[in-house]
Amino acid sequence: MKYADEYKDKQQVQALVHAIRKTVTRPWHIMEICGGQTYAIARYRLEEMLPPEIRLLHGPGCPVCVTPVETIDRALYIASQPNVILASFGDMMRVPGSKEDLLQIKAKGADIRMLYSPLDAVTLAAENPDKEVVFFAIGFETTTPIHLMALKEAIRRKLDNFSLLTSLFTVPPAIETILSDKDCKVDGFLTAGHVCAITGNSTYHRLSEQYKTPMVVTGFEPVDLLYGIYRCLCQLEAGIYKSENAYKRAVPEEGNLQARALMDEMLKPCDQEWRGIGIIPNSGRQLRQELKKYSSREKFRFHPKEIRFPSACIAGEIMRGKKQPGDCPHFGTACHPEHPIGAPMVSSEGVCAAYYMNKK
Amino acid sequence: MELNCPIPFTDSDCVLLAHGGGGRMTHQLISRIFYPAFRNPLLEQDHDGCVFPVSAGRMAYSTDSFVVDPIFFPGGNIGDLAVNGTVNDLACCGAKPLYLTAGFILEEGLKLNDLERIVQSMKKAADRAGIQIVAGDTKVVERGKCDKLFINTSGIGIVPAGIHIAPSQVQEGDVVICSGAIGVHGITILSARESLGFETNLKSDTVSLNNMLSELLTSIEEVHVLRDPTRGGVSGTLNEIAQAANAEIILDETSLPIPEEVRAASDILGLDPLYIANEGLVLIILPEKDAQTALSVMHRFDEGRKATVIGRISSKGKALVRMKTIYGNYRIVDMLSGEQLPRIC
Repeated sequence: MKYADEYKDKQQVQALVHAIRKTVTRPWHIMEICGGQTYAIARYRLEEMLPPEIRLLHGPGCPVCVTPVETIDRALYIASQPNVILASFGDMMRVPGSKEDLLQIKAKGADIRMLYSPLDAVTLAAENPDKEVVFFAIGFETTTPIHLMALKEAIRRKLDNFSLLTSLFTVPPAIETILSDKDCKVDGFLTAGHVCAITGNSTYHRLSEQYKTPMVVTGFEPVDLLYGIYRCLCQLEAGIYKSENAYKRAVPEEGNLQARALMDEMLKPCDQEWRGIGIIPNSGRQLRQELKKYSSREKFRFHPKEIRFPSACIAGEIMRGKKQPGDCPHFGTACHPEHPIGAPMVSSEGVCAAYYMNKK
Repeated sequence: MELNCPIPFTDSDCVLLAHGGGGRMTHQLISRIFYPAFRNPLLEQDHDGCVFPVSAGRMAYSTDSFVVDPIFFPGGNIGDLAVNGTVNDLACCGAKPLYLTAGFILEEGLKLNDLERIVQSMKKAADRAGIQIVAGDTKVVERGKCDKLFINTSGIGIVPAGIHIAPSQVQEGDVVICSGAIGVHGITILSARESLGFETNLKSDTVSLNNMLSELLTSIEEVHVLRDPTRGGVSGTLNEIAQAANAEIILDETSLPIPEEVRAASDILGLDPLYIANEGLVLIILPEKDAQTALSVMHRFDEGRKATVIGRISSKGKALVRMKTIYGNYRIVDMLSGEQLPRIC
């Protein structure tokens, strides 16, 4: 398959593993940011190929995993209201809220639709003028522009029955939080290729400089990931730190200018809670004041009674690079994909599910 | 006030509740759509059930319900799926399928033309498989109480003497043969169902496998397992076999027949082809010495033209499915939890 198979190529994988083995001289902790990267690392069992000096840590870049319980509860509340259609991506359906998940209330009669594209939710709003259509717009900078494009389309079509329940995150503040922790273990980052394809690389130049930490824009296939690890390792061993692009086929230096402009036009920064991690200042995005009427948070007043976060879940520590899924006493026992205690056991890009499904 | 009792149109172009009432309209539906297609002497006994002679020996009996959405999809429809599904279940028991029953639950408003097309497809599929539909039932439910139509089929077949298909027969060293391309039916249905914004040229592979399997069983004495990997996909079925046989199965990733379009669509949707449903596919486990004979028999049939060895039984005593990846390392291929949820990015 063109543009995919060559990045799975066995010879190239072996050559990169060989180069990594030859370069490494001492232990390093490298964190991949994105859940898509975590999934591929687990799926292709790349860690087994690496020399023991290199330890991969799995970052917080899975929007399903970091969407706070309060937001899930809010989605459950909205979906339970009369004359509401809640549309969501598939992997949000089983993320546990305080008491239930979306699949459970769907079974009880809530009108919840699983969609692949936010634009389909706009169509739903047009087809159902007597219903409120709420799209559960979760994501990082990768997915955010698609939500906004859908909203633009809804506005163009004058669909006042369309709104977004946003849960939008940005990567750089999370990296700063991880690096500011006095117990931080991370020596270098593989930054998320698809996020950088939108945002470009400029913020990461500043971050690598400020925190004296290598950051390598990395893709998602085995060859991409090993090449990213290799470039990161080269910096670490040479004692240099910069932001470097190892995914040039997808990431231009300045990112996607159109998508960036759309985000600036429609969104403003906000403090954002990350499930398991806590509030990170300015790490979220919300709709600007003038778009308030398309915000489901404004349309539906939700007063959370009691938010229950599963205390048994160590996802926060895993996503900050302090622990591995295997360190959790519940991993694969009380917590498994049929009964997820924490969100990372739900989506295939959640670190726990990725490791559970691809175990040796 | 004038009371007005509406008389249903008997020339309606769609299914009405009255079609399920057991009266004249029910008879019309049966005599116009079902009988002309399925006509055979056993059906024409016109009784509450069908009576037929049996020979001594063993019989196989299976049932399956079909609720696929959409009811028409590239390569087939709910009708041929319903016939092929039960025929294949019987064939995987080592049986020669003989008779089928068909139960229809119709949603009020279903187009009669659609029903007729579906029934004609069932007739065609039944003829191809060499079976007769000998009894049936029709119910009509109100709009919204079912999705267009649901079909249940049950079937009976005869297991020839000397054939014992059972996972317990699986031996260390046996090979796993897959009869064709993996994931085709599931991706076809998904791309027909969801507004995915992209199209594939894929067509469902729904087909009856009994002719090929009967030839296989004639040519090879020792076939240990025959299973069609429908729901749960190849990995779900292999995990069930591994558990029933208490054996470890090792798949070879490089030999898995996954078409490019299935891989591309799965990549985009975040699905794993090994968990995607198949229809006209069968997994066969037999001794390694018979593998070549089996493949050459299967290659003579359209439905087995791409048959290939995808793995082997590495040991007995521990139920597990593992895959040797393209890089030579191993990972567990687990059973799916719940249903595959498409990932977002």
